[in-house]
Amino acid sequence: MNMDDILLQEAIERYLTNQMPEAERAYFDQLRTNTPEIDQLVVEHAMFQHEMDFYSQRRNFTAQLHHAHANLLQQGKIQDGTEVSTGGKLIQIFHKYKRVTAIAAAVGGFIAMVISGLVVYFSPVNQNQLVQLSKDIEVIKRNQQYQGSLLNEVKSKIPENAKLISGGTGFLLDTHGYLLTNAHVLKGSGAVVINSKGEEFNADILHIDNLRDLAVLKINDSEYNAPRALPYSIRKSKIDLGEEIFTLGYPRNDIVYGEGYLSSRTGFNSDSLTYQLQISANPGNSGGPVFNSQGEIVGVLSTRQAQSEGIAFAVKSGYIYTMLADTKAEKISGMEKIKLNQKSSLRGVDRKDQITRIENCVFFVKAYSK
Amino acid sequence: MKGDINEQALLKGLASNETKAIETLYKDNFGMVQTYILQNNGSYDDARDIFQEAMIALYEKAQSDSFVLTCQIKTYVYSICRRLWLKRLQQMGRYSQPVDNLEETVGVEEEIEDHEKRNAAFAIMDRAMGSLGEPCKSLLEGYYIQKKDMQQLAEMFGYTNADNAKNQKYKCLMRLKKLFFSQYNIGE
Repeated sequence: MNMDDILLQEAIERYLTNQMPEAERAYFDQLRTNTPEIDQLVVEHAMFQHEMDFYSQRRNFTAQLHHAHANLLQQGKIQDGTEVSTGGKLIQIFHKYKRVTAIAAAVGGFIAMVISGLVVYFSPVNQNQLVQLSKDIEVIKRNQQYQGSLLNEVKSKIPENAKLISGGTGFLLDTHGYLLTNAHVLKGSGAVVINSKGEEFNADILHIDNLRDLAVLKINDSEYNAPRALPYSIRKSKIDLGEEIFTLGYPRNDIVYGEGYLSSRTGFNSDSLTYQLQISANPGNSGGPVFNSQGEIVGVLSTRQAQSEGIAFAVKSGYIYTMLADTKAEKISGMEKIKLNQKSSLRGVDRKDQITRIENCVFFVKAYSK
Repeated sequence: MKGDINEQALLKGLASNETKAIETLYKDNFGMVQTYILQNNGSYDDARDIFQEAMIALYEKAQSDSFVLTCQIKTYVYSICRRLWLKRLQQMGRYSQPVDNLEETVGVEEEIEDHEKRNAAFAIMDRAMGSLGEPCKSLLEGYYIQKKDMQQLAEMFGYTNADNAKNQKYKCLMRLKKLFFSQYNIGE
């Protein structure tokens, strides 16, 4: 890279945005007339700048629109189907109040889910071609000792004589502390979950669906404050090839963000249960939610291809609905109370804000056996 | 019919991004569009998308000095939304007998055409931005969209000084322009 190029580019930008003092401007005009190459650069950049101004204006205006929508919704001046308008004044006030608290709760709800990623489990499925993304304790023994010491400091809720077996990520299914993760993350008799602030909660294993590689936990801890609303919804229908996706998970003790795209509608060996994603996933990401840009959960990250970098697979979110319907039919106790959120409040929200709001609902899951 | 003084003021406010004008326009027109979309096989989310797209069309038109609205804002927004929605239904192959409210409509073919051209231009820049990768994308968004200065960007992205941020921005800008022009020229 050439210093002069940078100076020239900067000069062109100042020239086009009228930030040049008169003398310099006159000199630059002269330069343009005498040097066709520079004139060409100016013309080209003027065009680019024009397109960029238009682009940035529209993006900022779109953000303003979303803001206006949210504001008016909160004031009850418009409706968007989440509640039925009855027109009664008291009810209006109640709705208004409900919305305010829902927003407050969404912020508060962040806390519950962070626990799942510690123990990496390498399980060779399909002739070693697939790697499950939970963590195996043997592989990261040192890490675990470190973790152990950390946990002791904060009085870990893992029973004293219990052995940590595996870990992964989990996310809230509803506002009552039900968490979803992969079945292969839960190898053991009990689990604790840790939120992104490092707070640890006891959890019960409610249901394991090995067929779909999904499992449900319930936080069972008096210290846990459930959020009043979840920011995201879970998508029933499929998504399109190339759709932009992102995930949050615990490949290490801190929550980690990753982004990519949907690269195939089917998973490994054309498995129709899963999607193929182009995303960097590591042990500990197992059970992590996969979001589309609207903030809907579209899948649950579960495995990656061993030989190729960046290829991962996620269980399609529609199967969460199927699993819940099955457990309802089989009358598995405790599962009938789960109510999935139908409306994402993350549409059109800036990615950073989406993450801030989701982060509360994604947990580090650690499974142990006694 | 000429737009009255009140409407002119609203459009002026809209063109200069005044929150109050935007919210007033939103509040006064959203319900009508929502009813229409819901009556015609659409969802609440569809209503929101279509309405916001019409607002964008109105906003971008209001930006130009020569813009004069020859009907009521309400009529204009409704007509745009109606065209956009019928088009969307057609694309989805769900073209059933559309229901109309008894709202007045005006011809908006030209508007829709202009709007689609602008959508295409927006998509080119958006794709170029989207394929930039980080930290370039955030850096350039910070500069061109959030209008931060080099000093602020240096702090946000952890560069030791504004000059380093400037160098990085230059590299990113060159990449963006390359991506942009490769698409743009194809589009010509």
